[in-house]
Amino acid sequence: MAFAAGVDVGSTQTKAIILDEDARIVGRAIIDTGANVVKAAESAYFAALAQGGIDEEEVGYVVGTGYGRYKVTFGDTQITEISCHARGATHMFPGTRTVLDMGGQDTKAIRVHPNGEVIDFCMNDKCAAGTGRFLQSAAAALDIPLGELGSVALRAEKATPISTTCTVFAESEVLSWLGKGKKIDEILLGVHRSIGSRSMGLLKRVGIENEVTFTGGVTRNPGMVHVLNELLDTQMNISEESHYMGALGAALFALDRIKNSRAPIATKEVA
Amino acid sequence: MSEHNGHEIVGRGAKEGGRLFREWFEQLSHAPERGEQVAYVFVMGSITEILRAFDFQVSFPEINALQTAVRRTAHEYLNVAEDYGYSPDICGYVKADFGMQLRNGEHPMGRIPKPNLAVYTNACNTYLKWAEIWERMYNIPSFAIDVPGARSADYYAREGRGDFDRDRKYVEAQLRELIALCEEMTGKKFDVDKLRETMAYTNAMGTGYQRLLDLNKSQPAVFNAVNEGTIYLGVANGLRGSRAGAQYFRELVQEMEYKAAHHIGTVVDEKYRLLFVGVPCYPIFRRFYELFAEWGGVFLGSTYLWFAAGGLELGHQYDLNKPIESLAEGVLLMVRNAMDAMFFQDRILVDMLQPYHVDGIVYHPIKSCRTVSSGLADNRRAVMQQSDVMSLYIESDHMDKRVVSEAQMKNRIDAFFEGLATRKLRAAA
Repeated sequence: MAFAAGVDVGSTQTKAIILDEDARIVGRAIIDTGANVVKAAESAYFAALAQGGIDEEEVGYVVGTGYGRYKVTFGDTQITEISCHARGATHMFPGTRTVLDMGGQDTKAIRVHPNGEVIDFCMNDKCAAGTGRFLQSAAAALDIPLGELGSVALRAEKATPISTTCTVFAESEVLSWLGKGKKIDEILLGVHRSIGSRSMGLLKRVGIENEVTFTGGVTRNPGMVHVLNELLDTQMNISEESHYMGALGAALFALDRIKNSRAPIATKEVA
Repeated sequence: MSEHNGHEIVGRGAKEGGRLFREWFEQLSHAPERGEQVAYVFVMGSITEILRAFDFQVSFPEINALQTAVRRTAHEYLNVAEDYGYSPDICGYVKADFGMQLRNGEHPMGRIPKPNLAVYTNACNTYLKWAEIWERMYNIPSFAIDVPGARSADYYAREGRGDFDRDRKYVEAQLRELIALCEEMTGKKFDVDKLRETMAYTNAMGTGYQRLLDLNKSQPAVFNAVNEGTIYLGVANGLRGSRAGAQYFRELVQEMEYKAAHHIGTVVDEKYRLLFVGVPCYPIFRRFYELFAEWGGVFLGSTYLWFAAGGLELGHQYDLNKPIESLAEGVLLMVRNAMDAMFFQDRILVDMLQPYHVDGIVYHPIKSCRTVSSGLADNRRAVMQQSDVMSLYIESDHMDKRVVSEAQMKNRIDAFFEGLATRKLRAAA
């Protein structure tokens, strides 16, 4: 039996997933993408193979996804992360009708059909407002590790409103609130609410239908999860695989190709 | 349909259109040297018929502007205008033209002469402010034709209705004022037969243009409405009311009928039949087309070919026995239709789905034009409520490459085609 692989080359991190014939995850890896996108794709792929103790020859099909999908030079085909996140989310949570993917530089709202097909999607336009990069700016301005932002924000009893949508200006707005004596946790809760509000705008454009599944790197931020659950008035689906959802979806498409059991998505084979 | 040699006829329209367009620009560049006066006009209601009857050369600032984007020089003109004080949010056409005027008409296709007269309608409110710039800059007369709009959202003008006749007379009175101004400016007496001649050419162009749009029901489509269609549109505007324009559309229809009869498509291996809503992405005009063509996507129709065609899409025929009255009626119908075609595109689009065998609709709102972009989100929702056709909503600009992100655009377009492909495969299974 051949294994199936998905490699998601994102703007910030590159993720790889290896599946066995029963769609069980047998290997995974995540690395920072950095400047060399081709190398990042290879490194993540080989790290995932190593974790699963799998030889490269045992992999029957590789699908590349993410902005760097055409840099997955060893891949058999490329599929957009929009289709891959939808596929991964509906596989992991079959009741999924809406997907919110929040990554380093973009946020996507995707409405999916019960059969997993993408009905509609919407993304942030032209700038990184409302994405993980917004959180990175706040982390830099406040000198707090990115991984701690959410838990600090959750300590706040009220939020300091952040009005700017520009990621660059957000940093100066955060600093100006600090200068006015606002508490760090309140400022951070404001930052999270600002991003949450932008995400709600995208979700409303495609139409929100339960269940909502949250995917992407920002799923690891408990503050963001809390704010979005509040705004949506529901509990979003999240799992350990949420950060890997694009790679998982890509690997599932690869498995389709190997098993030929499901009408595979038609993709362009070359850039 | 007469017999033709396929090698001679296929592709003739695009080639000949390009030649006519270049000739028109060349002729326009040298108008002042020949002692000819130049009128600046707009695509939504150009009133070219009257101006040609007085031997004005017509210049379309919108077309001049978009040509700078297609030729990748728009940013130079936009920068000039923004350095002067224009906001990045102001219409890119206005800024490119303004920058060009400050650079003494310098243009990648030749020198654009200064205007002697500006004629415009209220089809777009930016036209009014735009003409005011020239009036102040060159101390020239500008002539606004106030065309009454539809009375309500669900209203369509029809001949015989009392308000329609009153509106027609209102426009007619303004046309007579324009004629008087042209007589004064040129020192020429109005020649009604010359007006009839230009109107007859427009009639022929309208007949051909309407037939052209209809021929894209053919499978495969005989032309791509976004790239080839824009060439045809350029000729439709630039050569409106001319013998060359009438001949061009007669021959273009021959070409397309030949292609339809012989099942000859565009250069693309047609897999997906699409409609386009909005204004083309001129800063990456060719690449934009390729992003769809690489997937086998062909645009059968474009709303741009409706609202920017000066009413030719209606195929309206002037009554040459009462030329000024009929011209007024045409201006009323055409300008109003340009406005209504933007307000109620969803109805026309839904009606096209079956006869044109449409797989998807692509909406392309542009950042610096509220007139054509404001209603597109509602339009899309309305279409989605009436049908299950797939649609894509991508935003960029018609002039400003700073807000055109090709990588992001490609991502969305690829995802759209992945969805179309999945749907087709499932339907075939």
